[in-house]
Amino acid sequence: MADARVQVPAQVRRGESFEVKILIRHAMETGYRLTDEGKPIARNVIRELTCRYNGVLVFRAEPSSGIAANPLFTFFVTAGDSGELVFEWVDDAGARASERASVTVAP
Amino acid sequence: MPLLPLRALAQAEPEVAAMKAFVGNRPVRAGRLVLDIPRIADNGNVVPVRIALPGPFAPGAEVRSIHLFSEKNPVPQMAVFHFPAPVAKVEVESRVRLAGTQRIAAVATLADGTLHAATADVVVTISACIDGS
Amino acid sequence: MVRGVGALLLGLACVAVPAQERSLPAGALRSGSTYLSPELRAMQEDGFANPGMLWVEKGAKLWGVRAGADGRSCADCHGDARASMRGVAARYPAFDRAANRLLDLEGRINQCRAERQRAAPFAFESEELLGLTAHVASQSRGLPLKVAVDGPAAPHFARGRMLFERRIGQMNLACLHCHEWNAGRRLLAETISQGHPNAYPIYRLEWQSAGSLQRRLRACYSGVRAELPAYNSADLLDLSLFLAWRAEGLAIETPGVRR
Repeated sequence: MADARVQVPAQVRRGESFEVKILIRHAMETGYRLTDEGKPIARNVIRELTCRYNGVLVFRAEPSSGIAANPLFTFFVTAGDSGELVFEWVDDAGARASERASVTVAP
Repeated sequence: MPLLPLRALAQAEPEVAAMKAFVGNRPVRAGRLVLDIPRIADNGNVVPVRIALPGPFAPGAEVRSIHLFSEKNPVPQMAVFHFPAPVAKVEVESRVRLAGTQRIAAVATLADGTLHAATADVVVTISACIDGS
Repeated sequence: MVRGVGALLLGLACVAVPAQERSLPAGALRSGSTYLSPELRAMQEDGFANPGMLWVEKGAKLWGVRAGADGRSCADCHGDARASMRGVAARYPAFDRAANRLLDLEGRINQCRAERQRAAPFAFESEELLGLTAHVASQSRGLPLKVAVDGPAAPHFARGRMLFERRIGQMNLACLHCHEWNAGRRLLAETISQGHPNAYPIYRLEWQSAGSLQRRLRACYSGVRAELPAYNSADLLDLSLFLAWRAEGLAIETPGVRR
């Protein structure tokens, strides 16, 4: 179960910029917190998020511990053909996850 | 206007060291890049931020990346956003963590090397109650 | 004779309803969301980007997952939560006659899990329990809180009110000192709210996570430097019932966003 929510418009027109939103469940652990027993909690943040549109890389983010837990990213993509947006992310622990959304482009 | 010693005046103007290091001696344009962030943040754990650079962009001068820097966070580079494919509308939103009241800075890098920068000052308030839950 | 009638009336009054004097009349009730900054209110109202929606969505998925010795899902008995769970959260906490105890929504979900699914109960504050609770409670969004405080719930209600008014901790404060006498006033950079339970589970910035009303109440105990009551203790449940009655008529906002 990829813990993320993605939002794209139901339909877009060719050539227009449309807004893409992704909200990911991730603690974005800073590495500066301690457990109740006083042991440090290892840093584990999403270190890279990519978005491909019909296979073409259109957006890439490199977050740090300065991005809030359960991070939100919104950005714009230029509509080409109908198809799929694929989001992939990886954290410091090497855990990878992905999510996808389909885009319908009006002729 | 009260007179302040020079040192106090210098302290009154915060510097985002990470941004200076990133920019180096390259020229930076101000006034076009938009950096929206609340002037008073409810809690430093989650502060909404929006960065936008209004177009249009000439061919060869599209936005390639936006760096977001903090003055006081232990990791001063909060995020980098890359735009590998040219996009007409450059606008990103996220939520950042801020370790205390400070200045933040954003720098957009265009494909032709032009830099656009913006800064904003945020007062970060802290909770009045201890939460040991 | 006269004395006999008086005693009888007094007896009836005790059985019928507990003393339900309201210090906060319906018109004066203010949801915690009305004390938020515009940015946070916008975050709560954003049906996509409210981070609490991650838990609601997790709960919606769990709703259909079969579990336990009987291999049943919530949906197998309750069908579509949008219909079957509409209004349910507005009635909790509620006294459960079969279990002979007061249950909050989390307790009801865990009871269902133990008895109907024959599965291990979820831990307090687990992603699963918060998720299912948020999913169920969000089906009542916009509906007014209305809990029963009569009958077998009456002693819990009376005890909840007593706890609300009792001074505790090194600060020697009762709930009502902050959330009634000083609601709307400033405490450092914060505005003290009336302390209503109508948006739980909430996403709290301080926690960087979703959390239950019980966790929030424990945080208040911690704030006044009192001993923290255990999860699912009689204190937290009785207090939750009193709070729900005190907020009667306030619309459910789950998942709320709070500082």
